Amino acid sequence: MTDASANTPATPRVKTSLLELGERTKKRNAAEARFKLYGMMAVGTGVAALLLLLISILSQGLPAFTQTFIKVNITLDESVLDPSGNRDPDEISKVLTFSYDPIINDSLKGLALELSAQHSEVTADVLQDMISAEAKGRLRADVIANPDLIGQTIEYEFLANGRIDGYMKGRVTRETAELDGNVTPLQLDVADAMIVEEKLEKRFNWAFITAPDASELRPEAAGLGVALMGSAYMMAIVFCLALPIGVAASIYLEEFAPKNWITDIIEVNISNLAAVPSIVFGILGLAIFINYMGLPNSAPIVGGLVLTLMTLPTIIISTRASLKAVPPSIRDAALGVGASKMQAIFHHVLPLAAPGILTGTIIGLAQALGETAPLLLIGMVAFVNNYPESIFDPATALPVQVYNFTQRSDPAFVERASGAIIVLLVFLFCMNMIAIILRRRFERRW
Amino acid sequence: MNDMRIVERDVETREIKIRGDKVQVFYGDNHAIKDVDIEIQDKTVTAFIGPSGCGKSTFLRCLNRMNDTIEGCRVEGEITLDEEDIYNKQVDPVQLRAKVGMVFQKPNPFPKSIYDNVAYGPRIHGLASNKADLDVIVEKSLRRGAIWDEVKDRLDAPGTGLSGGQQQRLCIARAVATEPEVLLMDEPCSALDPIATAQVEELIDELRTNYSVVIVTHSMQQAARVSQKTAFFHLGNLVEYNETGEIFTNPKDPRTESYITGRIG
Repeated sequence: MTDASANTPATPRVKTSLLELGERTKKRNAAEARFKLYGMMAVGTGVAALLLLLISILSQGLPAFTQTFIKVNITLDESVLDPSGNRDPDEISKVLTFSYDPIINDSLKGLALELSAQHSEVTADVLQDMISAEAKGRLRADVIANPDLIGQTIEYEFLANGRIDGYMKGRVTRETAELDGNVTPLQLDVADAMIVEEKLEKRFNWAFITAPDASELRPEAAGLGVALMGSAYMMAIVFCLALPIGVAASIYLEEFAPKNWITDIIEVNISNLAAVPSIVFGILGLAIFINYMGLPNSAPIVGGLVLTLMTLPTIIISTRASLKAVPPSIRDAALGVGASKMQAIFHHVLPLAAPGILTGTIIGLAQALGETAPLLLIGMVAFVNNYPESIFDPATALPVQVYNFTQRSDPAFVERASGAIIVLLVFLFCMNMIAIILRRRFERRW
Repeated sequence: MNDMRIVERDVETREIKIRGDKVQVFYGDNHAIKDVDIEIQDKTVTAFIGPSGCGKSTFLRCLNRMNDTIEGCRVEGEITLDEEDIYNKQVDPVQLRAKVGMVFQKPNPFPKSIYDNVAYGPRIHGLASNKADLDVIVEKSLRRGAIWDEVKDRLDAPGTGLSGGQQQRLCIARAVATEPEVLLMDEPCSALDPIATAQVEELIDELRTNYSVVIVTHSMQQAARVSQKTAFFHLGNLVEYNETGEIFTNPKDPRTESYITGRIG
């Protein structure tokens, strides 16, 4: 059988040593070392970019979480706020925000007198300009919520004006104040004096996370509450719709559907859908959900539906991949003991595919959470100052809020935009954590 | 072939459990099984031998309609179980597979506990009305699978954590837990070491008292050791089907003789 001549080498063998590297080996080793270097450079670039991004966002955005407050003793004059004296909330709420101005001004006179020892020009008006325009509205809301305060003198904390807050955060200096119509160097001096008196302090501000957005003139009062709620509503809608629809579609396509040209076309279209620019989904939402079906503008329900459509292909593709990855021997085993196809899938295949399905879902949700373009088209970019009570009420979303903040001229919104990005990232991080915990749960079942 | 131990064979006639009549199987255009006529007896171990790709596994998978799951597979002719056509339109393959259990080439326990592995079949078929009944079935099945003593203290441990031989016996226990009438085994020992193989073979011999066992094997020694009847497949044809002793000592067909003496394969 064996051809003896085939086993003798064509050329006489040259004696080589294992201890010396040959030419080709050297070349190969060099190529490998180069490749490793390229790889490390690529990873390094990625990590450096990420770090740079994080550092810039954190350094710009963290100040947004603190805010400057001014403590004032306010005398809530009964003759102005509740002339009839019966503490009826309906009557109290008839007193307009405008009427609170003189109350605050009167209360500031005392403080102005205290401070005039150091700065003779200080008047109540100068002090009132240091307080946010939002202040009287908040005071009024507090009084309406708690009518018993009327007639008392209470220590109340007002939000400081955005410029004073900027001074505390180093954004505003005396040089810029000279040129600025909204703040005077005197007010900055007063602020310094008030710090010493413990009338002015900078501390953590929950309102940034919970309060609704505020107008362009009151950056100090702007918060993310509505955007957070809108995003949470939309994520809930996307999760509740996209996960069951996506998983059901993938199970059908992967396990039950006959392989013919119709399913081929569906498959190609699902892959194509994953690559459709998100703004196209926005136009679809506008045309179908709002114009045709008459769902309300700017509502999380519409946003949720649009984002569901956008997320579906991602979920379907990843679910099908993880269903495919379940070894066929498991299916055979289940069918072999007399399980029906559906029992085999639901009892054995799906639990094994669950971690992969969850990962795909979370990737889809994360994508949807950060999506801005389609929401602009369905009106979620509007200025919304009321909390949405249901998914049919107007709301905004976190990424749209970031976009909104960056559109405004007041420099105080720069830190708020970065702060909103931080909140968005934390939101995302929490979602991923939940996914990881759920995955662990499922995987523990071997 | 000298170490082949051909032990006592009951050659008494038994009831016919499965009958194949002019069975043809196609995978797309590929004619995998050609005109197979076979009668498989009850309470007998029947071995299918033959070179790779000769169709013995395909034919085995026809007997409980596992081929239904393969895209483009088509079966013609008639296969009956207790004189009932299993390819009749009214037959639900799920019910058929409860009667005809199967053990696969590679041990494939579910990624669940040992207990759940065995209890799964009885649960979905409603064989146990309560937990105590189920416990009885699980213990009985594991005993029949000759693995009870090894796992009785760790029924909650994952089935995938057992050794290969134990996993295969667990799979056999799982298969017998649904009280099938026929047990199909597709090369059950090909992934096992000789000791585990011996244990499984011993088990097969015991199972014969209750079931009709059909086993596909590449090892002629194994066929000789465990089976009473042997069928030799070659290129999709059933070449010879006879008492195991006859096949190995006095093959009628020259192809059978070549195969068992190692000249083709």
